[in-house]
Amino acid sequence: MPRGSHIISVLKVHEVAILADWIKEQLSGVTLRPDLLNEATLRDESRAFLNEFRKAMQSGLLDDIKGDSWKGVRDMVTALSRSRALAGFTPSETATFVLSLKPSLFLRLRIELKGDAEAFADEFWQCSVVLDKLALLTMEAYQQSREEVIGRQQSDLLDLSTPVVELWEDVLALPLVGTLDSARTQIVMESLLKKIVDTGATIAIIDITGVPTVDTLVAQHLLKTVAATRLMGADCIISGIRPQIAQTIVHLGVDLGTVVTKATLADAFRVALARTGCRVERLKAERPAAETAEVH
Amino acid sequence: MERIPILKMGTFLLVTIQVDMHDKLASTLQDDLTAQIAKQRSRGVLIDISALDVVDSFIGRMIANISAMARVLDAETVVVGMQPAVAITLVELGLPLDGIHTALNVERGMALLHSRLELHV
Amino acid sequence: MRHALREQSVSIGFSLVEQTKLVTAASELGRNAVIHGGGGAVTVVQVAEGPRRGLRLVFADQGPGIADIALALKDGYSTGAGLGLGLGGAKRLSNEFSIESRPGAGTRVTIARWK
Repeated sequence: MPRGSHIISVLKVHEVAILADWIKEQLSGVTLRPDLLNEATLRDESRAFLNEFRKAMQSGLLDDIKGDSWKGVRDMVTALSRSRALAGFTPSETATFVLSLKPSLFLRLRIELKGDAEAFADEFWQCSVVLDKLALLTMEAYQQSREEVIGRQQSDLLDLSTPVVELWEDVLALPLVGTLDSARTQIVMESLLKKIVDTGATIAIIDITGVPTVDTLVAQHLLKTVAATRLMGADCIISGIRPQIAQTIVHLGVDLGTVVTKATLADAFRVALARTGCRVERLKAERPAAETAEVH
Repeated sequence: MERIPILKMGTFLLVTIQVDMHDKLASTLQDDLTAQIAKQRSRGVLIDISALDVVDSFIGRMIANISAMARVLDAETVVVGMQPAVAITLVELGLPLDGIHTALNVERGMALLHSRLELHV
Repeated sequence: MRHALREQSVSIGFSLVEQTKLVTAASELGRNAVIHGGGGAVTVVQVAEGPRRGLRLVFADQGPGIADIALALKDGYSTGAGLGLGLGGAKRLSNEFSIESRPGAGTRVTIARWK
């Protein structure tokens, strides 16, 4: 007889009972999360799985669940794992979906093959292996789903951590916090250049007070950003150069070319104002405590 | 034969690059431009690339050549309207466009030319 | 070629900068193939590795081939009238780059960009 044929007939004949038992098993399991999943959804998912599972078993190809005949099951299980992952289930809870089918399925298989211990052992083994593989698939899909979430969060974080500020007319400020790797540099360049187009700014102050280390790579990234800015008809001033950074730059032999660098953002701002034709003056106030500054 | 039109803007010349340039067109442009700079005694050339969403080393070389030839004829060149994605790509490509002046648009480019020429004379 | 390449890039979901880098690299290699290789063919293939998607381009010409590939990849080196940035530039603009060439056997350059 073709492989798995007893399982298939058991699934056909006892589908309703198996489904009921399986759902009961899932609901009673210590691991089910009533706050995250409702019974109706569970019922639909279980029914769908049994359907696909039986169809796939009918192909008789039980060794390779990566084959075409198992696509329906794979897709269903993958989608389920992903939604469970996003909902906050643990990996075990997600794998339990498949594994908790075993008791009710094998109970009826044993009844069906009563008296034929060898046949039972065979089909039990074959089916168990398949279900285990499917359970592993749920783990992989779960994992992947989580990694995608992390990836999205990382990119959100990147976007949030590179704000470009309009400091004054024609002057932009870009306070960088954290490490400057090539991915971050791309984002920095894109937001900075976009802002230059939007505001028509001619000077961008890149403040690196919050950048912990400046090595040759970071320096390269900074120089690239400056070069791109200059192609857009603007220029950069790099500020926030801590004394240690200055030392590192010299020791590494980094050539900053014609880029103006300043220790503080305030100094850089003064230079920027001068370059854009502005001047800051302190007016003589009546009360010395209150100081005002007017920019011409 | 197609030619890139060269517009006169006061004492400056304006060239707008809008099409895919092939060798012939590029060399024709360089010829025409040098002729016009000499004839009009222009002190400045504006190259508008705001319509280009791709600038490769061929176009880069053309721009560098135009700038160099203009300088020999005592004219300054300003490249205007570079798109951000193009600027980022050019930097990554490693095109050495230093020494070439740039501006955000034609208006700014003209202002830049005026201020630079004041310095020279 | 550029137009079709842009369209494919958009369908993969490349950002504007990623698209521009790819099209620019293709432009460099295309010009190389025409100038040095006497013309050639390019194939564009959508590739996928798990959830990652990308585009792979292969530029093949039946030209004279390159004797010293390391030298050819060096910036500034040019046997023609170019700036000598074609190969090195295309490499910098791509996530993957490989080249096969022998004198007399033509040249084959493959680049890929992944989302």
